[in-house]
Amino acid sequence: MEYVISILLSGISVGGQYALIAIGYTLVYGILRLINFAHGDVFMVAGLLGIYFTATLPIGGSLPLVILVTVLLGFTIERAAYKPLRNAPRMSVMISAIGVSYLLQNTATYVTGGQPMTYPTIPFLSDTVNVAGTQTKWVVIITPILVLVLVFALTQLINRTKIGMAMRAVSKDFETSRLMGIKINSVISVTFIIGSALAAVGSILFFTNYPAITPTAGAMPGLKAFVAAVFGGIGSIPGAVIGAFLIGICETIIKGLPSAWDVSVFSDAFTFALLIIILVFKPQGLFGEAATDKV
Amino acid sequence: MGNALRLENITMQFGGVVSVNNLTLDVEEHKITALIGPNGAGKTTAFNCITGVYQPTNGQIEFMGQPIVRNHPTGKAAKTYKGENADKYAKDAVLSPTPDQITGLGIARTFQNIRLWKSMTVFDNVLIAKHQHAKQNVFSAIFRGNMAEEKRMREETMELLKEQGLDAYKDELAVSLPYGLQRRLEIARALATNPKLLLLDEPAAGMNPQETIELAEFVRQIRDKYDLTVFLIEHHMDLVMNISDYIYVIDFGSEIAQGVPKEVQQNQRVIEAYLGVTEEEG
Amino acid sequence: MKQKKINLRALAAIAVMLLIIILLENISSIIPGLPQVFWPTSPLFTVLKKAAVYSLVAVSMNLLNGFTGLFSLGQAGFMLLGAYTYAILMVPAASKEQVYYLFGGCAFNSSIIDILGGIFGTTGVGGAISMIIGCIIAIILAGCVAGFFAYLIGFPVLRLKSDYLAIATLGFAEILRAIFQWQKLGKITNGANMIKGFPTFSSFNITDGAGHEIVRLSTFVPFLISTVCIVIIVLLINSSYGRAFKSIRDDEVAAEAMGINLFSHKMLSFVISSFFAGVGGALFAMYVANAQAKAFTSVMTYEILLIVVIGGIGSVSGSVLATFLYVACSEWWLRFLDSELYIGSFKVPFLRNGFRMVVFSIVIMVIVLFFSQGIMGEKEISLAALFDRSSRKKERKE
Repeated sequence: MEYVISILLSGISVGGQYALIAIGYTLVYGILRLINFAHGDVFMVAGLLGIYFTATLPIGGSLPLVILVTVLLGFTIERAAYKPLRNAPRMSVMISAIGVSYLLQNTATYVTGGQPMTYPTIPFLSDTVNVAGTQTKWVVIITPILVLVLVFALTQLINRTKIGMAMRAVSKDFETSRLMGIKINSVISVTFIIGSALAAVGSILFFTNYPAITPTAGAMPGLKAFVAAVFGGIGSIPGAVIGAFLIGICETIIKGLPSAWDVSVFSDAFTFALLIIILVFKPQGLFGEAATDKV
Repeated sequence: MGNALRLENITMQFGGVVSVNNLTLDVEEHKITALIGPNGAGKTTAFNCITGVYQPTNGQIEFMGQPIVRNHPTGKAAKTYKGENADKYAKDAVLSPTPDQITGLGIARTFQNIRLWKSMTVFDNVLIAKHQHAKQNVFSAIFRGNMAEEKRMREETMELLKEQGLDAYKDELAVSLPYGLQRRLEIARALATNPKLLLLDEPAAGMNPQETIELAEFVRQIRDKYDLTVFLIEHHMDLVMNISDYIYVIDFGSEIAQGVPKEVQQNQRVIEAYLGVTEEEG
Repeated sequence: MKQKKINLRALAAIAVMLLIIILLENISSIIPGLPQVFWPTSPLFTVLKKAAVYSLVAVSMNLLNGFTGLFSLGQAGFMLLGAYTYAILMVPAASKEQVYYLFGGCAFNSSIIDILGGIFGTTGVGGAISMIIGCIIAIILAGCVAGFFAYLIGFPVLRLKSDYLAIATLGFAEILRAIFQWQKLGKITNGANMIKGFPTFSSFNITDGAGHEIVRLSTFVPFLISTVCIVIIVLLINSSYGRAFKSIRDDEVAAEAMGINLFSHKMLSFVISSFFAGVGGALFAMYVANAQAKAFTSVMTYEILLIVVIGGIGSVSGSVLATFLYVACSEWWLRFLDSELYIGSFKVPFLRNGFRMVVFSIVIMVIVLFFSQGIMGEKEISLAALFDRSSRKKERKE
């Protein structure tokens, strides 16, 4: 029983961390129709920034700085690598995203020397707590709560503010929004800023629970978060969050199965099997809208 | 002479919007038949049902006396269905061929907004349309066991281009041609699939009066030369009245009139439907 | 008439290229005292071998992405299938016990070489024949296995739109990688451990009784196989089917309306591309002398994709050219960026391990952003044009 609880708890927490990344994917895809392959690597860079900043600054100052610099990175990537290709075929933008991902990974290898880096212990988050007889870290408890708060704030932003309205308009119809005088570029920038900020928060929570960061540490969580976004219906924030929790829980369950079965190698593969199944049977996801083509 | 094409109770509904409503029409063999109507009347949708791009919600389409498309509303569509004759085809098997199968039967089309393959030459644009009927498989094609077939396709393509007066442009990119010639190339490409029925989607769109007169003559010529039946959608009243043997008029998806050009011209409902609309169209 | 002349010229050019490779490979034994760069240990030959392998994979990806317009990211997965098929079929029965020691031997306790050895003999000329024929059979089977899996996965994924197709094929490759690392299949795949002990490129070097190399063919062999495969792909692209693929890339709706069955042609392109990716995987296994699932990650696919982009999406010769440049830069020319350099007492900044890949990725980003056509765009290096130009020059001189 305790074992089940501990698996569920960590599943929910991993799911919450994926959710924070997934929102970035779903927002960007909703607006640009682009799978931002570099998003997982932005998440990884945020993790590395956390290590470097806490080494020199107190925790209270470094965590906001991590978020700030990650936001700046996301903003710069959009301006430098995606904006020039606004009118290019979708394939080119996706290739550019893969190029950015490659660049971030290689730069991280260069800076860290390719060595796995240990994430600092953050007071409170890393402290242990006793839940229903199971020892766990505070971060496991905090994550889902924080995710719900942030998602609530984000939906308020999107549904109640002017910029949120602009974002909804752009995701419905890019060209018409442009003609209606919406400043497309600032809407897109805001999207990247929100996505990067959430990825930075996600990285703090995620890596607190993990022993080390390598330059490729962002690729897998990134892809999984994308699958979560597809699962929930791309463009839908609640969908992405539900998808992320589901994937996080399933993944932890698979990892927790008896080691004699040796199925833990499938904890990543499972996500992709899920992806293919969804794409075939319900390509619009749980909450997405079906799109039609005009001839 | 019999009918080349017959649409029977065709209804096309998108969600709650009925785009084509219980449309029944006949296209007589070797005749030029036109489908006209104001913007958004459902003409192109009707075309897309014939060519397999859309699956009609209800109704049946016959080609040369054989049913080729048939459907009736089921499941969710049955609940929201607003059209008529929902039960008429419920017992018959659903027929839903893909566009290439329709083309294989001998129905070829052109597009309202020209859709040529833009990275390819004029020659290749026509040559590719011959691919479907070529006697070859992928191995014979790779290892050049199909030389005779390839040669035949190339010769036939050249012949077609000569007839359309496009042979001088054969090595140029299709998109580099002037607008009128692009339309002509699209027709040549459609002819390359060896059709019995040619569907023209607004062939005169964007043409000046002189080009339009030439086009009318051209359509008649190819009809006679290739023993074709022609079914066309058009806004251009001069062209329609000039070349059509028979005309169907639709508005809001339903037929409002039919007849030979003279009859249609004097029909009160047609005039009302077009009032204010034709002026805008110019 | 004219076409035949061009084909003959192309054949002649390929023959000349292969001859040059054999000569280059053996030149240090023919003419002693040449600079190190011509020695068999030179990075030149590493680059040539690796580039020969990668160029086939890049061209096969280009067939799909560039000529058919299907954005697939499954290349590494199909290479993995090819590599493992080749490895499993070619490890001699005698070494199987040792390679699969963790699992107490292999479920397939024989090899193509052993089977053929029973026919042609195992030593001398007979042994050589059984190895050569065995390799050819195993490589073709490697392609077939990859093609077969492409056929299976094609049914669900080829109906997907561009970016969904990309992510689904990427996911498929990841699933394959997990399956091949699964310990339960250890009797076949050797679990997460590598399979080795099968014939590699250097097995083709001709040795005398004492084991000295008389004629080296270890660079020639990958060149020969890659060339044959690329020629087949080019023949396909220039055939009626290749034209149909391009029409799908340009405009699916028009292609379908002109009688081209979208699904069957996409499937054809996908299966053929995967077949050659599988062959490329087998060659890759021969090049690195082992097969291990963890080598075939999505990073490998990205690398190949970037090569295709650099060469020009839709240009075969561009892909080949870009592969040689890419491999030469990453394995040889830019190596100096990775080691610290002092000029006098001045330490050149930035130079240390990993810097090469940073420079590399920046160059790639510049190409992606500012030279989106790549080296060749959709054009090809055409022999006819080269010959025409040179003959025109001659005429002018006269």
